[in-house]
Amino acid sequence: MPHPDPTAPALSLDETRARAIFAMVCDANGDHAVEVTLAATVSELTRFANNTIHQNVAEEHVSLSVRTQTADGRTARATTNRLDPEGVRAVVARAGELTRLQHPDPEALPMAGPQTIVPVTRFFPATAALSPADRAAVVGDIVSEADRHGFTTAGVVANQQGALAILNSNGLEAFHRETSAEYSITMLAIDSSGWAKGNAPDLSRLAPVAAARRAAEKARLSAAPVEIPPGRYTVILEPAAVLDLMGFLFYDFGGLSVLDQRSFLTGRTGTKLFGDNITIRDDVAHPLQSGAPFDGEGIPRQATTLVEAGTVRHLVYARQTAVRMQREQPAMQAAPTGHGFPLPNEYGEAPANIVMQGGTNSLDAMIADTERGILVTRLWYIREVDPFKKILTGMTRDGTFLIEDGKLQRGVRNFRFNQSMVEMLNQVDQLGVSERSSGEESFDMVVPPMRVHGFQFTEVTRF
Amino acid sequence: MRQLGGWALDSAVGGGASYADVRVLGERHRSLSTKNGKVGHVGDEESLGVGIRVLLDGAWGFAATDRLDRAAIEQTAAHALAIARASRHVCRTPVVLAPEAAHQAVWHGPCEVDPFTIPVDENISLLLEVDAALRGVAGVTLAEADLDFRRQHQVFLSSQGSDIEQVRHLSGGGYAALCFAGNEIQKRSYPNSFGGQFQLAGYELIDRLQLLENAGRVAEEAVALSRAAQCPRQVGTIILDSSQLGLQIHESIGHPIELDRVLGMEANFAGTSFLTLDKLRHLRYGSELVNVVADARLQHGPGLGTLAFDDEGVPAQCTDIIRAGEFVGYIHSRETAAMVGDMRSNGCMRAESWNRIPLIRMTNISILPGPQSLSPEDLIADTDDGIYMETNRSWSIDDKRFNFQFGCELGWEIKHGKRTRMLKNPSYSGITTEFWNSMDAICSRPHWTLWGTPNCGKGQPQQTMGTGHGAAPARFRNVRIGTAYQS
Repeated sequence: MPHPDPTAPALSLDETRARAIFAMVCDANGDHAVEVTLAATVSELTRFANNTIHQNVAEEHVSLSVRTQTADGRTARATTNRLDPEGVRAVVARAGELTRLQHPDPEALPMAGPQTIVPVTRFFPATAALSPADRAAVVGDIVSEADRHGFTTAGVVANQQGALAILNSNGLEAFHRETSAEYSITMLAIDSSGWAKGNAPDLSRLAPVAAARRAAEKARLSAAPVEIPPGRYTVILEPAAVLDLMGFLFYDFGGLSVLDQRSFLTGRTGTKLFGDNITIRDDVAHPLQSGAPFDGEGIPRQATTLVEAGTVRHLVYARQTAVRMQREQPAMQAAPTGHGFPLPNEYGEAPANIVMQGGTNSLDAMIADTERGILVTRLWYIREVDPFKKILTGMTRDGTFLIEDGKLQRGVRNFRFNQSMVEMLNQVDQLGVSERSSGEESFDMVVPPMRVHGFQFTEVTRF
Repeated sequence: MRQLGGWALDSAVGGGASYADVRVLGERHRSLSTKNGKVGHVGDEESLGVGIRVLLDGAWGFAATDRLDRAAIEQTAAHALAIARASRHVCRTPVVLAPEAAHQAVWHGPCEVDPFTIPVDENISLLLEVDAALRGVAGVTLAEADLDFRRQHQVFLSSQGSDIEQVRHLSGGGYAALCFAGNEIQKRSYPNSFGGQFQLAGYELIDRLQLLENAGRVAEEAVALSRAAQCPRQVGTIILDSSQLGLQIHESIGHPIELDRVLGMEANFAGTSFLTLDKLRHLRYGSELVNVVADARLQHGPGLGTLAFDDEGVPAQCTDIIRAGEFVGYIHSRETAAMVGDMRSNGCMRAESWNRIPLIRMTNISILPGPQSLSPEDLIADTDDGIYMETNRSWSIDDKRFNFQFGCELGWEIKHGKRTRMLKNPSYSGITTEFWNSMDAICSRPHWTLWGTPNCGKGQPQQTMGTGHGAAPARFRNVRIGTAYQS
């Protein structure tokens, strides 16, 4: 039963207001080309620990970011949250002054003109309206689940609404509104824990109480964990663990990253780098995805096949990177894909809506088919050890199990891994059904659980 | 700003809050970067807003806004109260705050040269000069340089009568040279990785960093690394430079001593801590040489954790954390101090901005230098067989802060008291207390540096905070080396 909150702030940006602010910016601007990015957010988050709500916060925020550009390619950006006429004039003046002090850039492209953007529906009023009392009720149900097991629980229940608008003096207009709802739940037993997390634009797609039961079951099953030696194991990675690893790959799929020779794909585009069963796309329109259908310049995001049957097929490109790649490496056949960051920037672009092709197996079936291995619920504190071999390190957390004879036998102490992602994606022998998943180290993705042979654990910790 | 804060405080208290505090914060931020001879980005950002925190029947509520008319601020205060009412529904133990006197103060942090008075084209010229020096070394394939300046002006008002105004300038800068040599990417950074050095200071910090003077050496090291021998896998002796020791302190001392982690309040995200309450004054954290403090006072130095008052209005303090190897103190808040029976918070509640609640955060968590005169050269001369490691490249630690692994940009093999050859991809790993108990030497005060870590993440929604870490080069025995490159 919803509990409306009359004190809650409303989202303060729509297309009409965006156009009005843009008109104020244009009035204050001189002869420069100008681009305006407006972002408004209302976000609320209820946090609990020790079976108590201990932090409970709300925020409303709007920002106006102005980029000006001269005919000789000088450009700079200034940002404010003062949207009164004086604030608007001041931010335009600051952007203009910063622009004047830049060096001419003959490679800079003029601002883009009008674009055809296919809208995506990701705003759900019921999600936006979730009130503090509603969130507290959900937390109450999660705590009841913890109490039933004698566990302690910690986590969040959150909702957010946001609006984004990009307009420029060449006639480009791009608008997007979106909601999101999220839960993250940790169940803590005496010497074990379990975890589950979900995030979606539409609250009705989430089932936090069922997730609390799963987390509690993991905490129960992993009680009294035993230490087993580090080494190479067959490992089943649940989707949250997969996405947190995958998140360290995707900046390398930006064209500028390859041109800068900082990507592990430098010299490897077009080569078969991974196993036959690895296919990865970037697709903002996928029904399980989230986010705006345009990039930081307002260019429509295009579905892009990054990896097909193990071969690196395509990179993603901002407009300017595509031009440079066409000039320096014409064989790449680069074209803008709508993945650029707001200008000016030094990183270019990156995929943002990863969809990894899965299989048909359920997680339970994958476990049942494993003679001996490790089930990993979640990974933690992942960092890149080697940028070209793409070795990552990190820890397992909140539910690590020994599998024997197709069954979860017991919990084990958490491992540190040091694993090359290039090697790992050649050693995947089973993929489960892809699902929208949330972790803590990367943005949400649509990924499957995967079984990997020879995954390298190098150390064991004390719990 | 006081008028905005007053409207918020009056509304919160008038609405029934048993305690309320308000932070009105204006921030200005300038960031610049260059890459391979061109400007990467130039940005100038300003933000002003109000954060209102209330206690109602022992339950917290917080709401923040950047709509600054009176009606909007009163609505935001009402929303904070509505949130607190909702919190009461799942509240096992009402919040109690440790006592704190009301304070009235105006404080300006150290800033000899306001960085916002330095023309942007001067900033860019410096970065492009550095960039040219880096790329002047054959083999450098990518050069990146950054400058970053912030000015934070905050007014804190509380229903207990505090009225505290603070102005802090934060400056930072640094650069990196990368060398891609066909099948590997090597990198050298100066003066530290991940953006360089950051302090509570004005532009004078940038002048002191001698960015240009070191660029040639740093670029040559990046290229030399691509031809260097691989760091071996072994158990042995390492010497850490002061910047790497600073991050080691951050991860394996600074985070586990946060009392909110210890009490389970961060269990879902940042994790908990092995430093359970029974460990206080009963754990040998390190060797006799390990003396660590949490010191937010200016006399400790101009660190990112230096302040006059924290974001609960508690004055800056110095707390002993590890004394001659014994674990003796946590960092906490008014709430957690009351939970464990302490009489007073030691002033470590800090918020990223006006739109976030304060959390227990590190201030300056520093290891004290050794009492005997000892330079890095002396330490190397005193080491028969070991590896000297410089500048962090990767860092990871488990969610209770037992097991860690760090990678560094560069290693030097030490044989018979001398640096012999360069080693690439050095890494080491261990268990926190075993590692600190293996420290058998630390350099003296002239070699101690107060480093700034600008990117510490914690909380939900996540907050980024700058922390300070004073450290001097130190030696550790029987350390696992090279496990990151195990095959």
